[in-house]
Amino acid sequence: MQSTPAPAPSRAQSIMKGESIQRLLALGALVILLVFFSITVPHFASTNNYIDILTATAVNGVLATGVTFVIITGGIDLSLGTAMTFTSVAMGLVSVNLGLPLPIGLLAAFAAGALVGLTNGFLIAKLKLPPFIATLGMLYVTLGMAQVLSDVHPIYFEAVQPSFQQFFMDKMVFGIPNIVWVMLGGATVAWILLNRTILGRYTFALGSNEEATRLSGVNTDRWKIIVYIVDGLFVGLAGIVIASRMNSAQPGLGMGYELDAIAAAVIGGTSLSGGEGSIVGTIIGAFLISTLRIGLSVAGVPDQWKSVITGLVVIGAVYLDIMRRRSRA
Amino acid sequence: MKLTRLTSLAAGSMALALVASACSSSATTAPAGAPASAAAPASAAASAAASAAASAAGGAASAYTGPTDAGTAKGKTIAIISKGEQHQFWQAVKKGALDEAAKLGVTATYQGPATESEIDKQLTMLQTALSNNPAAVCFAALDSKAAGALLQQAKDANIPVIGFDSGVDSTIPVTTVATDNTAAAAVAADHMASLIGNAGTVGVVVHDQTSQTGITRRDGFLAQMAAKYPNIKVLPPQYGAGDAVKSADIAKAMMTANPDLKGFFGANEGSIKGVLNALKETGNEGKIVAIGYDSGQQQIDAITSGVEAGAITQNPIGIGAKCVDAAIDAINGKTLPKTIDTGFSWFDKTNINNPEIQAVLYK
Repeated sequence: MQSTPAPAPSRAQSIMKGESIQRLLALGALVILLVFFSITVPHFASTNNYIDILTATAVNGVLATGVTFVIITGGIDLSLGTAMTFTSVAMGLVSVNLGLPLPIGLLAAFAAGALVGLTNGFLIAKLKLPPFIATLGMLYVTLGMAQVLSDVHPIYFEAVQPSFQQFFMDKMVFGIPNIVWVMLGGATVAWILLNRTILGRYTFALGSNEEATRLSGVNTDRWKIIVYIVDGLFVGLAGIVIASRMNSAQPGLGMGYELDAIAAAVIGGTSLSGGEGSIVGTIIGAFLISTLRIGLSVAGVPDQWKSVITGLVVIGAVYLDIMRRRSRA
Repeated sequence: MKLTRLTSLAAGSMALALVASACSSSATTAPAGAPASAAAPASAAASAAASAAASAAGGAASAYTGPTDAGTAKGKTIAIISKGEQHQFWQAVKKGALDEAAKLGVTATYQGPATESEIDKQLTMLQTALSNNPAAVCFAALDSKAAGALLQQAKDANIPVIGFDSGVDSTIPVTTVATDNTAAAAVAADHMASLIGNAGTVGVVVHDQTSQTGITRRDGFLAQMAAKYPNIKVLPPQYGAGDAVKSADIAKAMMTANPDLKGFFGANEGSIKGVLNALKETGNEGKIVAIGYDSGQQQIDAITSGVEAGAITQNPIGIGAKCVDAAIDAINGKTLPKTIDTGFSWFDKTNINNPEIQAVLYK
């Protein structure tokens, strides 16, 4: 009796397997790190510390979730950090300076983020600028605009919207601050978008083979712009989240946050060459970075060593990603 | 087999990270600033001890009075390169400088890089300013050593250089207009000590370790503690780049590692904002003593409500005005004192509404 040879695994299946491995590696590394710090660093294994780690991950987790979409399409977004500041300033202007109700302020943050995303997408899809250059330019534009709109002055929420920060600090479920649930909620929405909608399918398609996707009749320009707008909406959410941590919009900070966000996505299995990525992996990557930083802080490791070690871990993660890709090819 | 290789690579890189952290996890290791400040504490201690006798309320400004007339400087341009505009402190310095320039009839340009870590961008701004041939340059160095070559260029072009806020490690500036940060930080240490009963563990959050203000405030605080309060243990300083969110996370980590922590000193506005946010997020407001630097709305509110014990305020408007004054005097060929101390004050709930304090606070 003849048996037909087993069919070769489809490309999609190989990618899924590779991503799953990377995700497992990231999760494994996170678990090892948590166990190691719990054993060797006094006071690390405490509820309050774990909550601190969760809180510290909130902003980066949201930014990283948004940029995952962009990186899967083969693009990049360097404007994440300063655009986040821009959206928090927009929210501050509307809620405090104009005194409008808080929900309108939140809408303003999302709208500002979507506007930046639309601009990025337009520059990249229609004007054909390389994503690196387009978003780098927008980094400076949003940095400046945030300072122009706020007159280089922090905008404080306390007097006008006193319950804003309190909502994010309140621990409604399982003793975990709402700010963490907001991040996880955003990640859930992103997961649904990426894995259960046509937007998600086209996101992967753009990254795997843009030309083939275009030739099969998909309006790749339009979908690319939509992806950057989705990224921008998450930047808006990040602006809200970071504003809640300081109960103010601070026009001076933000630059540099994009690096942690991209690192989180890559550590979690999102490939910088496009076509692969997962929200779960990104969130794990974000937690890994926070755990590493806070663990080293609680251990009293001097600042510069914290940077070196974090950098080495990121390099290691990217290297693993490349190795995995090569071994599959 | 591929998976085994990947796993071993993962294990290897994690092991490297963990070994490095295990090696340096001893809290008794000298902090990062140790090599740079090895020489500083000795001199800092000397001047701190000398000025400890100075009033716990503040440090007096030097007797320098600026010109009443611009003289030959009238209508000329003074280029002011500051550390940036992101903190309100710099906005106040800018106001002081531009108002004084307008009053005396000189033109002043004011600029600074986007963040206080962009040393190279600041040097580029200085370069550009020098090539426009101003009558004088005022410079607040982000790194006290990096501007050497450009300063020489200014000297060769006969453009007087006035240092302000952070001094420059060079003999080229004809004067430096600044706060005596070492003495000011020592006063902060005195207040911290008295508020925690002269014993206990204290944490320090600094903005950076390359600028004079970062170095002198940290060393001034540490030296005073070491010299006068042997029962107070100061944890190795942590650096938050003046970012309120990063400083908050750092402060929380310090609280986690030291549950018996009694006080925090934030060496600049961004750092103390982070400390205040950390106290709020962990529910420790009022339980841990917080002492800060400069002002800003958040600190003013915190001090008024009592969450923050007090802070050291500089005189940013005075710094801006005096550096323009010094520039005009330098253009007119007058000799200037080596340093112009613009003074500092300790302020807390009890004196925050006094007019002299209100005059130097900014929002």
